[in-house]
Amino acid sequence: MKFIFDSDSWQEIYGSIRKNKIRTVITIIGVLWGIFLLVVLLGAARGMENGFTKLFGDFATNSVFVWTQSTDTPFKGYQKGRRFRLTDSDIEVLKSEYSDEIKFLAPRNQTNNLLVHDFKSSNYKVSGDYPVLDKIQKKKLLYGRFLNENDILSYAKVTVISEDMYKQLFDKGEEAIGQYIKINAINYKVVGVYGSSNGIDLDGDTAYIPYSTFKKVYNTGNKVDWMVITAAPDVDIEQMESDIILTLKSLHKVHPDDKRAFGSFNLGTQIDKLTGFLTGMQFLTWFVGIATLIAGVFAIGNILLITVKERTKEIGIRRAIGATPASIRQQIILESVFLTTVAGMLGIIFGGSILFAIDAAFGQGPDAALVNPTVNIPIILIAFATLITLGTLIGLIPAHVATIVKPIEALREE
Amino acid sequence: MIKIENLHKSYPIGKDSLHVLKGLDLHIKEGEFVSIMGSSGSGKSTLLNIVGLLDTHDEGKYYLNGQLIKDLNEKKAAILRNKFLGFVFQSFNLISYKTALENVALPLYYKGMGRKERLKIALEYLEKVGLKDWAEHLPNELSGGQKQRVAIARALVTKPKVVLADEPTGALDSTTTDSVMDLLKEINDEGMTVFVITHEEEVAAQTKRIVRLRDGVIISDKLTQQAKAV
Ligand SMILES: Nc1ncnc2c1ncn2[C@@H]1O[C@H](COP(=O)(O)OP(=O)(O)OP(=O)(O)O)[C@@H](O)[C@H]1O
Ligand SMILES: [Mg+2]
Repeated sequence: MKFIFDSDSWQEIYGSIRKNKIRTVITIIGVLWGIFLLVVLLGAARGMENGFTKLFGDFATNSVFVWTQSTDTPFKGYQKGRRFRLTDSDIEVLKSEYSDEIKFLAPRNQTNNLLVHDFKSSNYKVSGDYPVLDKIQKKKLLYGRFLNENDILSYAKVTVISEDMYKQLFDKGEEAIGQYIKINAINYKVVGVYGSSNGIDLDGDTAYIPYSTFKKVYNTGNKVDWMVITAAPDVDIEQMESDIILTLKSLHKVHPDDKRAFGSFNLGTQIDKLTGFLTGMQFLTWFVGIATLIAGVFAIGNILLITVKERTKEIGIRRAIGATPASIRQQIILESVFLTTVAGMLGIIFGGSILFAIDAAFGQGPDAALVNPTVNIPIILIAFATLITLGTLIGLIPAHVATIVKPIEALREE
Repeated sequence: MIKIENLHKSYPIGKDSLHVLKGLDLHIKEGEFVSIMGSSGSGKSTLLNIVGLLDTHDEGKYYLNGQLIKDLNEKKAAILRNKFLGFVFQSFNLISYKTALENVALPLYYKGMGRKERLKIALEYLEKVGLKDWAEHLPNELSGGQKQRVAIARALVTKPKVVLADEPTGALDSTTTDSVMDLLKEINDEGMTVFVITHEEEVAAQTKRIVRLRDGVIISDKLTQQAKAV
């Protein structure tokens, strides 16, 4: 290993590189292109992935929405076309039966009402919710707080409104928290104002009020409009979806094969499809990048082989004056490794600059196609290590060729 | 220094083989200045290459500095060459992208000597061959005679026991030939064994012993006037 740190080895490499400028440039370009492609493609793929992640934003993506429609099969004496509603007791049953699978469950009741503050008014959605909603879709609170357990228990007449609603109903600069607005002619105290969320927004501009308050004010009894269920980690969300619906069917005396009675939307499955596409793209990127890289390294090996053949005579001279085969081999391998390393570093630098430029051109603003296109340092290091290993291995071939001929045969070469 | 007994060498040519050296016996003692003469194809270079460990022989015995040369691997051969032998070729064989000084210093590099020291020694040897001022020139900036003197400096720089020269004056005119021969004589006077191949009688006459080859056998082996003069 001493020869690596020997300034003479480098002197020799410098000499041979200077002598073979064209081949040096060509080989460097070969590998540079490979690692450049790898970096840029991986970065772009990552950027796209980040873009999607941003699109999903603060929403717990492993969620299912469930609501009721009407039956399409007669069952247990009921006609088909029967309409029915989810109830609070359904919620309790699901919570206890699926305590392992369900992470969050939010029953919801919603309506539309006129909201009034002073002389301003506008129609908005009003939603009766539990505090857990904030865990399923994180609310960006600009002022105040979201609903809490206490609000539920005390049937508090409090509401959390959106920034846009605030702008509609309040004067500019006016303090909203602590003020009252009328919803359906009943006064509610504003306890929070939330900003627009990143990515998926389930509700749009909605006045959130406690679930219990909603029940009382709108007299919904034990009925539930619909619910959002977030699965615990590592739960097969499709399985959970069909199990839950089956349980609900038996609770509501619906035929097990009824296709219409319950509606559901599985966000997790939809996102899995996208993620699958992204994984596919990353795989493709790796494939293309590595194939190019290997091609580049082979180009280095090939060109080294050619130059070794061109340099047969020189190698013969060196051997005549005392170069051992090992020293010749070291020299050629070191040259190969040096070339691949330099090329690799240049490739990473260029690739990085391109990513930087892409980020500047397409990665800014809320609607950016690519968000933060980056490549992991460990990935780069692995690619780099692979490159150097390949460089060494490929260098072995010309190195071997250089030493198998007898020195006299090398010298005779013209 | 060099002792050869019943040396045979054949080159395979297709299915046949060409018998080039047919049982040579030769003993060269330390400090001798020997020239080999013979017509083209008589096997002179073949002999010198075997002596120089650049090639292997088929039969017979070869002792270099008392050591029997047999089944030598390339690594050992390289070390022996570096230690005992210095080569001068007809076509100079300098490395084209290295300066005269670097060329002379190269054998010392393979000896493992540090850069500073070897450049210093190399410069001393360039001075010895009268080319100190040309140290930083590339080979293609030198005349034939100068190149050959650089090559001789390179052959000498490791202080070998034997200098082997295959037609060192073959590519030179008569004046430069003389300067090269003077140089070889000088190093022989310092005690080094010198072994040259030549076509030219005048060159051979300046050595101390002439061995004549024909068709792979030695036909005469005589001391010259030079030797008797000493
Ligand atoms: N590598 C080889 N393969 C086959 N034949 C060879 C090889 N080297 C030399 N020969 C043959 O061996 C014979 C002796 O060659 P050698 O080079 O020793 O001659 P030489 O005496 O040095 O001649 P010259 O004065 O022309 O240099 C020649 O007939 C030559 O063709
Ligand atoms: Mg010859």
